[in-house]
Amino acid sequence: MISLSYGQRGGRAALAAFLPLVFFISWETLGRFDLLVDGLIPTPTRVLQAWWTWIAGPGGLALNPYSGTWASNLWFSLERVGEGYLLAIVIGVPLGVLIGWSRLAARMVDPSIQWLRPIPITAWLPFSIALFGIKDFGAIFLIFLGAFYPIVVNTTQGARDVDKNLVRAARMMGASGGTLLRRVILPAALPSVFTGLRIGLGIAWTAVIVAEMVAVKSGLGYVLWDAYYVGRMDVVIADMVSIGLAGYVSDRVLVLIESRLLTWRRLQSY
Amino acid sequence: MSLDAIKIAGVEKIYPGENPVTALQGIDLTIADGEFAALLGPSGCGKSTLLNLLAGFESTTAGGLEVYGARVSKPGPDRAVVFQEAALFPWLTVWENVIFGPQVQGLPAAQYEVRATETLKLVGLENFTKHLPVQLSGGMRQRVGIARVLVMEPKLMLMDEPFGALDAQTRLTMQQLLLDVWQALKKTVLFVTHDIDEAILLADTIYVMSARPGRIASRIPVDLPRPRNLDTLTDVHFNEMKKRIMHEMRH
Repeated sequence: MISLSYGQRGGRAALAAFLPLVFFISWETLGRFDLLVDGLIPTPTRVLQAWWTWIAGPGGLALNPYSGTWASNLWFSLERVGEGYLLAIVIGVPLGVLIGWSRLAARMVDPSIQWLRPIPITAWLPFSIALFGIKDFGAIFLIFLGAFYPIVVNTTQGARDVDKNLVRAARMMGASGGTLLRRVILPAALPSVFTGLRIGLGIAWTAVIVAEMVAVKSGLGYVLWDAYYVGRMDVVIADMVSIGLAGYVSDRVLVLIESRLLTWRRLQSY
Repeated sequence: MSLDAIKIAGVEKIYPGENPVTALQGIDLTIADGEFAALLGPSGCGKSTLLNLLAGFESTTAGGLEVYGARVSKPGPDRAVVFQEAALFPWLTVWENVIFGPQVQGLPAAQYEVRATETLKLVGLENFTKHLPVQLSGGMRQRVGIARVLVMEPKLMLMDEPFGALDAQTRLTMQQLLLDVWQALKKTVLFVTHDIDEAILLADTIYVMSARPGRIASRIPVDLPRPRNLDTLTDVHFNEMKKRIMHEMRH
């Protein structure tokens, strides 16, 4: 990591903001001159207005059914992602460590995972609805499945690549079985685990939107599809940006945890 | 009266495959309790393989290995190993690395914390307990590698070219440190090296190995007086000894 001076930072921020700025200004300008198909593509200012009402407008049975429902819908999505994702971690990480460490576990479990993995999570959707109905668990199941694969695969790889001498050193000092897995294999595999966690989180957000569009009646994904149906493109765009923000923030949180846990790794790369 | 530290009889190690490699053949070796033995030989002579067999990291194709009368079957704290690249856990601090052994063995903290502090002082790292391995130099890392096995109070230490990766200056410092530690603790040590000077300076007995297949070519007692220090390296007897061993290794 190279630290930048204040001036360099400012220069970089300006450079990064240039394209979005040009984009928004031309979008707004085209809209003002009626050069966008109105009703289909609203201007940025109209999107912001719709977003504001969605966030802070009066609730209840107003003319606008979205008014004031942003926070609760975001929360529904967050909750589902949280549950499915946690389930994927709780099952995926230990399983990955085991597959990476034990040849027996690898031969027994790994082929099944590799056969199931090519089925896209979207293809599981009808099955999931049939099985769990229009309920939360259908969505959570999809999120779990989507996040599970990258987590288990990357953890397996990490556990497999542990330096042989570290394992030898640990055994020489009397570590074996669960102690060895917990105190050596898992920490050594942690950088790969986090790679899997970050990919998994991205897929978890994809999965929750798809599931909510079809399988449940709440959340950002549900609003997205519903708003499209009634022709509220301003809400659709506000919703898209909201999803992007939620994904970005949750990824930053994960990176923060990673940098806390993997200080040794960061120092190593100097 | 006292049990031999190491007893190796007819050990053979063959790595199977399309072209099987005989790494070791007909190894017989007895090392006494408290002896500092050096295994000296060119790379590829199987000296590290022999050490790995004793450590329990690999298994023999034929023959038997005993350490203090117990047959070697798997790695354990009774045979402490110091690795060439230290092999410290990079996510643990110096202190955590040093107490790893007693900790995973389930000993109560009160029993090893004082010893760990003393050991760190002995290797000169008492002010670096909170550092991570990446923040240390190669020599300091190897000090931790030595401290973390000393803290287990092993009777036997197996050292696999522990100073081989260090620069010449640091190597000398570490050799002096090991001489001091050995003088203080008198452990049995099996020290693998390809450096003749190092073998003479440190060991009571040098076992010269030859390659392909690896076997023990000769046993050379080092009769230089102890305690030794780096001045020993320029001693007349040292040079005579070195000449003899170099001659031996050429044949």
